[in-house]
Amino acid sequence: MNIQFRDLPEGTASVSAKTAIADCDIHPARATKTELYPFLAKRWQEHLETYDKHAYQGMMEGPPYPKAQPNASRRDAYPPEGGPQGSSLSFMQTQHLNPNNVVLGVLNPLATGQGIRNQDLADAICSATNDWQIEKWTSKDSRLKASIVVANEDGPAAAAEIRKRAGDKNFVQVLLLSRNVEPLGQRRYWPIYEAAEEAGLPVGVHAFGFGGNPITASGWPSYYIEEMVGHSQCQQTALASLVLEGVFERHPTLKMIMIEAGFGWTPSLAWRLDKVWQRLRSEVPHVRRPPSEYIRDHIYWTTQPMEDPERRQDLFDVIDWIGWDKLLFATDYPHWDFDEPSRVLPAGVSDDNRAAFYLGNARKVYGLS
Amino acid sequence: MTAIVAGGVDCDLHPAVPHLTSLLPYLDDYWRDQVTTRGMVDLVSQSYPANSPISARPDWRPAQGKPGSRLEDMQAQALDPFEVAYGICNPLYGVQMVFSEDMATAFCRALNDWLAKEWLDRDSRLRGSIVIPVQNVEKSVAEIERCAADKRFVQVLMLVMGDMPLGKRHYWPIYAAAERLGLPIGIHAGSNYHNPPTSVGWGSYHIEDYVAQAQAFQTQLTSLIVEGVFARHPNLKMVMLESGFTWLPPFLWRLHKFWRGIRMETPWVDRAPLEIVRSNIRFSLQPVDAPDDPALLNRLLDHMQSDELLLFSTDYPHWQFDGNDALPKGLSPELVRKIMIDNPLATYGRLRATQEATP
Repeated sequence: MNIQFRDLPEGTASVSAKTAIADCDIHPARATKTELYPFLAKRWQEHLETYDKHAYQGMMEGPPYPKAQPNASRRDAYPPEGGPQGSSLSFMQTQHLNPNNVVLGVLNPLATGQGIRNQDLADAICSATNDWQIEKWTSKDSRLKASIVVANEDGPAAAAEIRKRAGDKNFVQVLLLSRNVEPLGQRRYWPIYEAAEEAGLPVGVHAFGFGGNPITASGWPSYYIEEMVGHSQCQQTALASLVLEGVFERHPTLKMIMIEAGFGWTPSLAWRLDKVWQRLRSEVPHVRRPPSEYIRDHIYWTTQPMEDPERRQDLFDVIDWIGWDKLLFATDYPHWDFDEPSRVLPAGVSDDNRAAFYLGNARKVYGLS
Repeated sequence: MTAIVAGGVDCDLHPAVPHLTSLLPYLDDYWRDQVTTRGMVDLVSQSYPANSPISARPDWRPAQGKPGSRLEDMQAQALDPFEVAYGICNPLYGVQMVFSEDMATAFCRALNDWLAKEWLDRDSRLRGSIVIPVQNVEKSVAEIERCAADKRFVQVLMLVMGDMPLGKRHYWPIYAAAERLGLPIGIHAGSNYHNPPTSVGWGSYHIEDYVAQAQAFQTQLTSLIVEGVFARHPNLKMVMLESGFTWLPPFLWRLHKFWRGIRMETPWVDRAPLEIVRSNIRFSLQPVDAPDDPALLNRLLDHMQSDELLLFSTDYPHWQFDGNDALPKGLSPELVRKIMIDNPLATYGRLRATQEATP
C-alpha cells in the first residue's frame, strides 16, 4: 500500500495499536555518496571516483526502470537534516521505529556491492557496507540488526566475508538478492550456503538485483510495474532452483527468507513442483523428498507487499496453506509501497497467529527468542 | 473421478510431426533443397524431450515413432474416450526456434498445410491452430490471413517464451488480424530459447524449465495487460495453454495492488487486471497444479471468482493425468458443463458458428 501519513506530529503513533512488532525489511541508505569511504581502502575510493560501479546493467546512475517516486521511497521520509530517505537514524526512529513500536528491525542495505561485475570491488564494497551498518546503525540502536552483504557472484569471497562476521551479534542473516548471473541453486553460490549454515545464520533473498538476465524469460519488458510484479516470478524460479539443485539436502539446517516478493505464489508453485517431480524425479535423484517438504522445512517469507485480494478470506486460505508460523512482518521502510503495520491484518485473526506474524516468527528464525 | 459430458471441446491436443522430412511435400523447391542440401535435422524443442515422462503418458506411447504422431492413436486415446465434439490441434513442432525469419516462415506455412491435409481432412472433429513465424510480424499476419480462409483454423498459436514480451507493440498487428478474423490467440507453454528459459538465467534441469513455464505465463499476462493490448482490442480473446491456473488468483492480487499504486505509468489500462482477465483471458484445464483434494480445489476455483475461465483440455499426449481422470475430483456437474462445452464455445467463435450452423 502506498499509504502516507505525513501530517502526524513527531513521535505519534499512526493508530492506537501498540503491538510490538518486528520489521524484517528496513532499507538503510547512505546520506552521501562517500559515506562508505572511511571503510574502504584508498585504492577502492580512487576506483569508484574514476570508474564508479560497473554493474550488470547499463545505467551509471539509478535503475533502468525509473521508480514511481524518488529513490522508490516515501516523499515524507526525507530526513529534516537532508539526505535521501532512510539515511538518518534519528529520523527513522522518530518516523518509524518509535511510533510503530518496532522492537526488532532488520536492515537490508541495497545498492551495495551486489550486482557489480568487478568482484574485487564488489567484495570491498560489501565488506565496507557491513562495517558501516554496525558503525552507523546497530551500535547506536539495539533494536536494529544488520545483514551480511556479500559479493554474490564470488562464492569463496562471499563465504570468507560470512566467516569473518560469524558470531558477531550485530548480524542476524546473510543477504542475497533474487536476480543473479545464474539461478540461486547453482553451484557457484554453494559456498555461501555452506558458510551461512556453519555460522547458524539464515540467508535472506531480497527481491531485485542485477545478473544480466532479462526480467522475463521473453526478454525485457517496458514498464516499472512489470519489473515490480516480475520480482515474484524471479523469486519463484530462484526458489525452484534451490530446491531442485538439492541445496536443502546438502544443508539440512539452512533457513532461507524470501524478502519482498510476496508469498501468495507459494502454494501453487509447491504443488506444481510436487506434481512435476513425481514425473521427472529420475532426472534429479538428489531431490529425495517432495519439493513442498523442503519449502515447508526451510523457507520463510516476509509479508510486504502483502497480496491484497478483494476478499480477505482468500488471503487467509493461502496463509493457512503456507502456515502462520512462516510469515515475518515487514514494512519495507522507507520505500513507497510501505505496508502500514496496523492495517495488514484485519480483525478475526487469533491472538497466537497475530503474535507470531508480527514478532514471534521473526525472533525464532533470527535466533533472538 | 469426475464424469465428463459428451460433446465437449478438447482445447489442447498435440499432433506430432513425425520428422522434418514429413514437411518436405509442403515446402517449395528452394526450402526443400535447403533442408536436404544442408542436412537439416528434426526440429524437436528441448521443452519436450522425446522420451521425457512429461512428453507422453506411458500408455499413450506408441511402439515406434513419436507420441501423438498417428491420428488413429489420438482418436482411440483422446477423441473417442472423452467423447468430444471438437479437438483443437496445437502443433508444438520446433519451427519457432530457427533464427532466420524466412526459414521460419516457410516452415510455419508447411506445418499449417501439413496439419490441414494430414489431420483436419481426416477427422471432422479436429480443428487447427495457425502457427506463425513470430519474429516477423508482417509474415505472421500474412500467414494468419492465408490460413484463416479455411474455417477449420480456429486460433493463432504462439509460444509463451520468445524474443520479446508478448504485450509489446511490435506484436499488435498480429492481434489486430486475429481480432478482425475472429481468432483467439492461443499461448502455449514452450520457448524459442532465444532468451534464458527463466527470468534468473539458465537452470540445470529439464524439470526446472517445465516448472518455469508457469512463471513465464505470469510475466506474459502482466505484459499483455499493462501494455494495453485489451484496451486496444477489447474483443480479442487469449487462451493460456498448458499454463496451469492455480497461480492466477495470487498473481492478480499482486498485479492489482501495484496497478493501483502506479497506474499513472500505464494510464491506458482502463480496467482492473481482474476484470480484463475475466473478459479476455482463458486457461486450459490441464495441468491442474493442486493436490488431489476436492475441498481445496473448490477453494482455489472460488478464488478465481469466475466459472468462465477454464477450458477443457487433455494436453494429449503429454502426461498430466492417468486413466480417464481428465477432470479433477470435486467439480460440480454445472461446472463440468461450463468447462467442457459452454466456455470453449464462448471462446472460439468459429466453433460456435459451426455449432449454430449444424441443425
